[in-house]
Amino acid sequence: MLYDIFIDPFVQMYEMPDFFLQVLWEGFVAGILYALIALGFVLIFKASGVFNFAQGIMVVFAGLTLVGLNENGVPAYLALALTIAAMGILAYGVERVVMRPLVNQPDIILLMATIGLTYFLIGFGEFVFGGEPKQMITEELGLPTGSTAIEFGERGLVILQHIDIAAAVIAVLMVAALGIFFNKTRIGRALRAVADDHQAALSVGISLNQIWAIVWFAAGLVALATGIMWGARSDVSFALEIVAFKALPVLILGGFTSIPGAIVGGLIIGFGEKIGELYWGGLVGGGIESWLAYIIALIFLLFRPQGLFGERIIERV
Amino acid sequence: MFYREAGQFKTSYKADQALMPILQDRVGLLVILAVAFVVIPVFANDFFLTSIMIPFLVFSLAAIGLNVLTGFCGQLSLGTGAFMGVGAYAAYKLTSIFPDANVILMVLLSGVFSAAIGAVFGLPSLRIKGLYLAVTTLAAQFFLEWCFIRIPWLYNYNASGAIEIPHREAFGVVVSGAEATPIVRYFIVLGITALIAYLMANVLRGRIGRSWMMIRDMDIAAELMGIRPLQTKLMAFAVSSYICGVAGAMMVFFWLNAAEPSSYSISLSFQILFMVILGGLGSLSGAFMGAAFIWILPVFLKFIPGTIGINVAAETVEHITFMIVGALIIFFLIVEPHGFARLWQIAKQKLRVWPFPY
Repeated sequence: MLYDIFIDPFVQMYEMPDFFLQVLWEGFVAGILYALIALGFVLIFKASGVFNFAQGIMVVFAGLTLVGLNENGVPAYLALALTIAAMGILAYGVERVVMRPLVNQPDIILLMATIGLTYFLIGFGEFVFGGEPKQMITEELGLPTGSTAIEFGERGLVILQHIDIAAAVIAVLMVAALGIFFNKTRIGRALRAVADDHQAALSVGISLNQIWAIVWFAAGLVALATGIMWGARSDVSFALEIVAFKALPVLILGGFTSIPGAIVGGLIIGFGEKIGELYWGGLVGGGIESWLAYIIALIFLLFRPQGLFGERIIERV
Repeated sequence: MFYREAGQFKTSYKADQALMPILQDRVGLLVILAVAFVVIPVFANDFFLTSIMIPFLVFSLAAIGLNVLTGFCGQLSLGTGAFMGVGAYAAYKLTSIFPDANVILMVLLSGVFSAAIGAVFGLPSLRIKGLYLAVTTLAAQFFLEWCFIRIPWLYNYNASGAIEIPHREAFGVVVSGAEATPIVRYFIVLGITALIAYLMANVLRGRIGRSWMMIRDMDIAAELMGIRPLQTKLMAFAVSSYICGVAGAMMVFFWLNAAEPSSYSISLSFQILFMVILGGLGSLSGAFMGAAFIWILPVFLKFIPGTIGINVAAETVEHITFMIVGALIIFFLIVEPHGFARLWQIAKQKLRVWPFPY
């Protein structure tokens, strides 16, 4: 038993390095996708202190809108533009109808409001597009579909899906773009000011309402990118919403307010989950992927309660 | 005018510290109890009992359980569904191991198991707070759900992977299994819910409940005043999980008859959390009001298209129900973030001063 736990997995890793590399790659891709969802959470949490549970359903909603429009005869790129517009309308609507009346309420109330929003979007999405899983329009959008097999060692093969590589590249580009947006533009600076202190930001003439709409729109764009990437790997369906819960351990690992934290946390969870499942999962009957991420996050939290990159919490009486 | 306590003098400490010092409250409670114990059993049909009253009572109890933890002790939890599941599986195992024992006793005993597991998952709450804690309770949710699927011993190696409630008798009547009549089930569920609600009403205004509220309001200050955070928080987790466990066991024994692991999924946790928040954090009556709203409203919505003569597909109705429930949740949060309990208090104040505005 002890041998199975402590020695055998490592022997396997050493003897079949190609399989190990494949597992690492899978973990990397899963981690990138978790990180993308987590990124949407972080954007909104930073600017408004709202823990946006609806991010998962926004991913599904964006993907469904894109595919649904295309199915009804709208050309792919036009559908993409229209989806972006739809996310903009959603962002404005959320800010106007949900967030503005709830300013200054306790965290838990805002959290519940976003869960209410989740229910609403689930109902709305199913009402408009139907509940069946849909095929993502990967080719129409000009995304690569094939795969490359890289020879490794004497007889090993590592298979890389092109769409995964594209996902990684897009994720990196998006983080870079967000970094520039936050640090170099006027709106980005206003966003950071709002994140630091709502009242101080208001007093120097920054419009909170406008900033929140922008943040929700940015989160919507991130959701759209995530929806496309994830939809290309599997189908676009409401099951994705459950996967979005995986972004939560990523968040607490990285800290709620840190963009690099979201990325690093995503990668840790992605790697840990795949390696754990494939090398140790068999010992307890498999399927440990569903909770391993939370346990990893829990263990990290016991040592750093504010996450890896979170701001230190100082409590005073 | 209608709700005026003027003239009701107390002549002893006992009367002053009674659970309900105001006469109108006592009368109101008696009326509600009379309706629940006499009027509904006499007049209600089986459909009303099985698909409205029994689930409503079960969810009310679960909401009371979560309210103890979230409303009174301030620890946000998203693992309620799993703790209910622990109760259900524990009761199922207990009654398969001891087939001759009284099944109601087994249901009450099953809460002990979920209390123990709840206390274990409550341990991180000593270091982790707020939303971070909410996410760690998700660990409990997903881990326990996985256990329900992967440990076949829990469901007696059934091929279907679900638990099916066996035929059991107590006090000479069939109380569980497919033959049990709705009226018997209703009385058992009502009895247990009323009993636990009564006990909690007293616990919450006593020393234990007050120490929970101190931890909720400011934990460091509470610690300085001699409240031990470890015991207090773990007790809140244990008591809350006990109540949720009993509710979960009742859910399968007296309502569903059979349960799969997916019956106790995360969506159940959210449903209970909604009941607590909409009903009002830190209010027992709020738990009942929240459960009534979240459970009865969708049932009600399902019948609207049929009664006004529009023919809509069942799926569409379900989707629209989702939309309406989501929208109403946001609406009520905006109108009154403190829930129905606060609305009821405002209404009582209006009644007190009626016909004058103040």
